[in-house]
Amino acid sequence: MQPKPAQRAYWQRNIRLTLVLLGVWFCVTFVAGYFAEGLNRLPFFDFPLGFYLFAQGSLLAYLAIIGIYVRYMNRMDRDWARESEPGQPRTRFPGPTP
Amino acid sequence: MDLKTMTYIVVGATFALYLGIAFWARAGSTGEFYVAGGGVHPIANGMATGADWMSAASFISMAGLIAYNGYGASLFLMGWTGGYVLLAMLLAPYLRKFGKFTVPEFIGDRFYSNGARIVAVVCLILASITYVIGQMKGVGVAFSRFLEVEYDTGLYIGMALVFFYATLGGMKGITYTQIAQYVVLIFAYTIPAIFISMNLTGNPLPQLGLGSTMADGSGMTLLAKLNLVVTELGFKEYTTQTMAGRLDMFVYTMSLMIGTAGLPHVIVRFFTVPKVKDARSSAGWALVFIAILYTTAPAVGAMARLNLMQTIQTGEIGSPEGNLSYEARPQWFKNWEKTGLLQFEDKNGDGRIQYYNDANPEMAAKAEQFGWKGNEMVKVDRDIIVLANPEIAKLPNWVIALVAAGGLAAALSTAAGLLLAISSAISHDLLKGVFMKGISEKAELRAGRISMAGAIIVAGYLGLNPPGFAAGTVAIAFGLAGASIFPALMLGIFYKRMNKEGAIAGMIAGISVTMLYVFQHKGILFIKGTEFLGDMGPNWFLGIQPNAFGAIGAVVNFAVAIMVAKMTTEPPQHIQDLVESIRTPRGAGGATH
Repeated sequence: MQPKPAQRAYWQRNIRLTLVLLGVWFCVTFVAGYFAEGLNRLPFFDFPLGFYLFAQGSLLAYLAIIGIYVRYMNRMDRDWARESEPGQPRTRFPGPTP
Repeated sequence: MDLKTMTYIVVGATFALYLGIAFWARAGSTGEFYVAGGGVHPIANGMATGADWMSAASFISMAGLIAYNGYGASLFLMGWTGGYVLLAMLLAPYLRKFGKFTVPEFIGDRFYSNGARIVAVVCLILASITYVIGQMKGVGVAFSRFLEVEYDTGLYIGMALVFFYATLGGMKGITYTQIAQYVVLIFAYTIPAIFISMNLTGNPLPQLGLGSTMADGSGMTLLAKLNLVVTELGFKEYTTQTMAGRLDMFVYTMSLMIGTAGLPHVIVRFFTVPKVKDARSSAGWALVFIAILYTTAPAVGAMARLNLMQTIQTGEIGSPEGNLSYEARPQWFKNWEKTGLLQFEDKNGDGRIQYYNDANPEMAAKAEQFGWKGNEMVKVDRDIIVLANPEIAKLPNWVIALVAAGGLAAALSTAAGLLLAISSAISHDLLKGVFMKGISEKAELRAGRISMAGAIIVAGYLGLNPPGFAAGTVAIAFGLAGASIFPALMLGIFYKRMNKEGAIAGMIAGISVTMLYVFQHKGILFIKGTEFLGDMGPNWFLGIQPNAFGAIGAVVNFAVAIMVAKMTTEPPQHIQDLVESIRTPRGAGGATH
């Protein structure tokens, strides 16, 4: 059984979102880590920025990443459930093409 | 009331609570025993995951690591938390959709092979056992230090307690005790931090206190002050110091992240929630609850370091009265001297304590002029930081007792989670899955309880007779899990073409490369003298330390698995359909009509 077009559309959206968020995750952790010395020269309230990212910033960023993922995916799942009801018009996920 | 009585009361009360919960949450079916019946609320599961995953190492050692390594400790902080991003997005929802009991079960079904399942069981047990030894040791140490009983006795009490609630309640009992343990440990961690932050900066929130101005009227921020105090004594600047080379640090961070995402006792927690969407949000909640402790830790570390330095260097550096006289040392100093974790040696015989970095040539030259003869704080064990914190801040006895209960809660909850992962791998994957397929549910439940008891006895034995490597192996456990289980799960979900040959070859290659690298630098099976390459920088591959090698093992795993899969036949159609169904919310392809 090949995946239906709707399934493929759902999966592609999911992969795109995951990749974008993983990109953010990578930047916060590794790119910011690489430039930590430079970032430390910038103040963030009373913290040096590089140190702040390590102490709290990265954790808050991770939380935000998961939060965005959960919200977006839940919405997509809801649409999926609604649109896979028989007789419902398809909007977000393309229906079977002839 | 004296401290000892108070500690007995507080610790006793928490134990009574755990036992009460265990009795209430008895498991009646294998579903309840392995995954708590699959009906745990995502927030509750997040809390339990927090306690499950935050071990004695997080509770006791984390702040100390940060206090001594400053910015360099970021690799632990980010490594251990960044893994939740991977869990939430790459593993948890898909594994929940698959909807079985254990991690090897997924690997066995996805790669349609009992061989793959057994390889996964072996990897799981290797990673979990190395991890659980450290926890049992933590339990023994915490008991002996706070209740003043023998280390062995402490360990037996801990074993008996885990035995009772884990065999009785399985995952159900463990989940609800872990929730209680989370509450105990988070209060124990934050209350002293709040008091100390108030004292130093006037800000009750330690997270904000860390970035505040000192309350001593100097007008400096806490971090600037700390940087000044430590650099004046020849130590590295707190906010910029690093622990290792850049590549080493990055690879280490990555190893801890994929290890966190690959540790089976954490993954299995996401099987306990009702729906796929709960698995996603549950990973977020877990990180929220972990973040409460992990954002407090840098504040605790920095403030403790500052307190410690200022307690000893009371005045101007170099003036005869500038250093604390040994006679006038505070009570906590004396208490910790007794344990041997804090050691003072009056090298220049002036009766005062000099604490500075004598390995820094510039500082050593300056110290020479002051008549200092080397650093006199010969030993400051970093684990003291959290445990001595309430005493340093002169907090009431009940807070100190609470810290003891918190340390025990952290160690017990992680030990129980790991033991369940081990026992379900044996009873569910080996017995039910491979060797005794026809076993009834009742018999499997009994087998689960027996293997749990067996796992506790083995872990207890190893805790009593720790192999020499116990202390340093938590990081290696993460490396093993990250190099074997994490890539297999990822490929199983995201690469439909992955077949059993590829997965098995990948897992074996990943875990072997990691173990060989560790063995060649630390001795075969950690036996001293059998290492054929020295455990030192120049011998490391690209300067990567053995603890950090899991990420390289994972890369090898991915590469080998994909190459082998390309050369062999693709997986049968029903497996490809299974992958499609894991990727789709609700029922399989049927949902599309």
